[in-house]
Amino acid sequence: MTNSIEEIEDAACIFITGSNTSACHPLIARRVFRAKEKGAKLVVADPRNIQLSRFADVAVTQRVGSDVAMLNGMMHIIVKNDWHDKSYMEARCEGVEEFLAALDAYTPEKVEPITGIAPADLEKMAELYATNSPASILYAMGITQHTTGVDNVKSICNLAMLCGNVGVKSGGVNPLRGQNNVQGACDMGGLPNVFPAYQPVTVEANTEKFSQAWGKELPNKIGLTITDMVQAMIDGKLKALYVIGENPMLSDPDQNHLDKALDKLELLICQDIYLTETAARSDIVLAAVSVAEKDGTFTNTERRCMKVNKAIEPLGDTLADWEIISRLSTAMGYEMKYDGPEDIFKEVTTAAPSYAGMSYERMGLDGLQWPCPNPEHPGTQFLHKEQFTRGKGLFHAIEYLDPAEMPDAEYPYFLTTGRMFAHYHTGTMTRVSPHLDAEQKDGYVEIHPEDAETLAVKDGDTVKLSTRRGEIQVSARVSNKVKPGLLFVPFHFAESPANVLTNAAADPTAKIPEYKVCAVKIEKAA
Amino acid sequence: MDYKIIPSVCSYCGTGCGVLFQVMDGKLTDTLPMKTHPVNEGKLCIKGWNLHEHVVSDKRLTTPLIKKNGEFQDATWDEAIQTAAEKLKGIVSAHGPDSVGVLASAKITNEENYLTQKFARAVIGTNNVDHCARL
Repeated sequence: MTNSIEEIEDAACIFITGSNTSACHPLIARRVFRAKEKGAKLVVADPRNIQLSRFADVAVTQRVGSDVAMLNGMMHIIVKNDWHDKSYMEARCEGVEEFLAALDAYTPEKVEPITGIAPADLEKMAELYATNSPASILYAMGITQHTTGVDNVKSICNLAMLCGNVGVKSGGVNPLRGQNNVQGACDMGGLPNVFPAYQPVTVEANTEKFSQAWGKELPNKIGLTITDMVQAMIDGKLKALYVIGENPMLSDPDQNHLDKALDKLELLICQDIYLTETAARSDIVLAAVSVAEKDGTFTNTERRCMKVNKAIEPLGDTLADWEIISRLSTAMGYEMKYDGPEDIFKEVTTAAPSYAGMSYERMGLDGLQWPCPNPEHPGTQFLHKEQFTRGKGLFHAIEYLDPAEMPDAEYPYFLTTGRMFAHYHTGTMTRVSPHLDAEQKDGYVEIHPEDAETLAVKDGDTVKLSTRRGEIQVSARVSNKVKPGLLFVPFHFAESPANVLTNAAADPTAKIPEYKVCAVKIEKAA
Repeated sequence: MDYKIIPSVCSYCGTGCGVLFQVMDGKLTDTLPMKTHPVNEGKLCIKGWNLHEHVVSDKRLTTPLIKKNGEFQDATWDEAIQTAAEKLKGIVSAHGPDSVGVLASAKITNEENYLTQKFARAVIGTNNVDHCARL
C-alpha cells in the first residue's frame, strides 16, 4: 500500500476493484464502512456481486479480465469532462501525452461490449472517483492474477495519478496483501531478481556488497520464478526443490502439470507445520513451529513491521524455521550462527536500507512502517509525498487485451476463483480449525439461477467442471453473486481442487498466473 | 495456575491485526484482539478470533520425517538435517547450483525469509528463490 490502513476512513471516495474486502480483509473493510459513515463515496467494481457492492454508491460487475478497458474508459470520461488534476500531472508526472492519446479510443460505447458496464454507470464511477478528493483505490488479486496483471496495475496507477491521488493522505494505490508476511518475504529478497530491499542482483555494486557481507561469491544472473521453476522441473533442469511454508500442490495453477513436474524431481524437501498435500510428496519433511512458538517480525500490507512473540514452547520435536535453515546451512559447510531472531534482525537492518532504523525495542506493540532509514526516523505513513520514489510519476499508455482463454463452443463459461470468508488459501490452517471448518466443510461452485435452470441443476447437485487442464466434481450453489455465464470456485478445498482447472498462462513480466479467468464447461454429474 | 498474555500478530491475511495469545499453564487457550493496536483497534475477524486453533491442532507435525521405501519414518533432527544437506550437496556438485530451487514463504518471519534467501544465494549459489506472492 502506498498509504496506511487507518487513512482509508478519511478518504472522500474509495474505489474498490478486484478485492472482496469484507470477506478477505475484514479489518480493512471496517475502515471502508467507517469512511461511509463519515460521508465517503464508495465505488465497487467486481465480477461478482460481493457484499460491499450492496453498500456502494455505484457498483458494477465487469466481465472478468476486462479491467484495462474499464479503467481506460473511466479515464476517458475524466479527461473529457476536464476533471483531471492538470497541475499535479504537470509538476509531478511524465509520459502524459502518449498516455492521453491512448485513452481517446476508449469511449463508453466501445468499453460497454468488452466490460458489460453500461455507459451511465461508467460515467458515475468516473465522476465519483475524480470529483471527490482524496480518493483511495483498494485492489487485490482480482487485479493482479491475470495475463495482463501488470497492465491492470499500471492502469490503476494511471487513474490515481490522473486525479492527483498519489502522495496524499487518504489517497493512494493500495494493494491488499493476501498473506500475513508476503510484504516481508518480498522486502527480505525472497525473489529471484533482488537482494533485500529490492536491490537488483544484476547491479554489480549490489552483488559485490552482499558477496563481501556474506563472505561468498554470489550469482548475478536473475533466478527462476515459481512459475518458471515448474517448467524447469519438467525440462529436467531443476532437480531439487526446498519448499518452506507453502503448498504448491494446491496453490499453483494446473495441478496435473505440477504433479508431473514434482515427479521428475530428484529431491523434494518440505518445511511446514502440517503434512500438506505437497509435504506428503516430499522425501524429507522438516517439522517447523507455528507463529505462537517463536519470536520474529511480520510486515503487513501497509509496510508495518511488527514483533511476534513466543507464547508457548515448540510442540513435540519441532524447530523454528530460522533454526532449521541455520542448521542446514551449517551442515552444508556455511556456518550460520545466530543467538536468535533479534540477532538476525540486526543483520537485516544492515542489508535493507528501508529497515535500517528499526530495532525490536523501537517496534514496541505498534511496529514501524518502512522506509525507516535511521534510528531517529519515525517511519513512513504514506509514500511518494513530495515526489515519486523514481522522481516523476510515469504514465503508461496501455491497450486492452483479451485474457489467455475466452469461452468457446466447447468451454462456454467463464471460471473465476478466490477465497471465501471462513477459509484461508489452501485451507491447511483453517480446515483444521474446528470453528472455521464448521462454517464451510466442502468446496462448491457458484452458478447463476438462469444458468442453473438451463442446465437443470439444483442447489446442492453435484456437477462436473472441466477445462483444457482437467476436471473436478463439486456441489452447485445457485447464487445471484455471479452473473449468467460466470462460475466461481473457492480454492481452499483439496477434494475439489480449483487448481486442476485454472490456467497456468501468466503475465509476461510478473509471471503471475491467470487464476481469475479461464474457460470452463459445466455438466450435471452422472 | 500460571496465566500469561502474549502480544503477537495474526498470521492469516496481510492486514496484520494485533492479537493477544492467552496461555494457561503453558497451553495456548485463546486469541483476543489487541485494543490499542493501530491496525485493528480491538476487533478481529472470524479467522483472527480462532487463530490459536491452527496452532494446537492434532494435525500438526511433531517430528521431522524421512521417506524410506515410499513410507515416512520419524527421524531425529540430526538425521534429517544431515540427509537434506548431503542430498543437496550431491545435486549441486552433480548439476550445478541452478539445479536447485528454494521457495521462501509469506507465512514465516522476516528474519527467516532473510535467512532463506541468504541460504539460496550464499550456500547453494543460486538466485532461484521465490515465494507465493504471485499465487
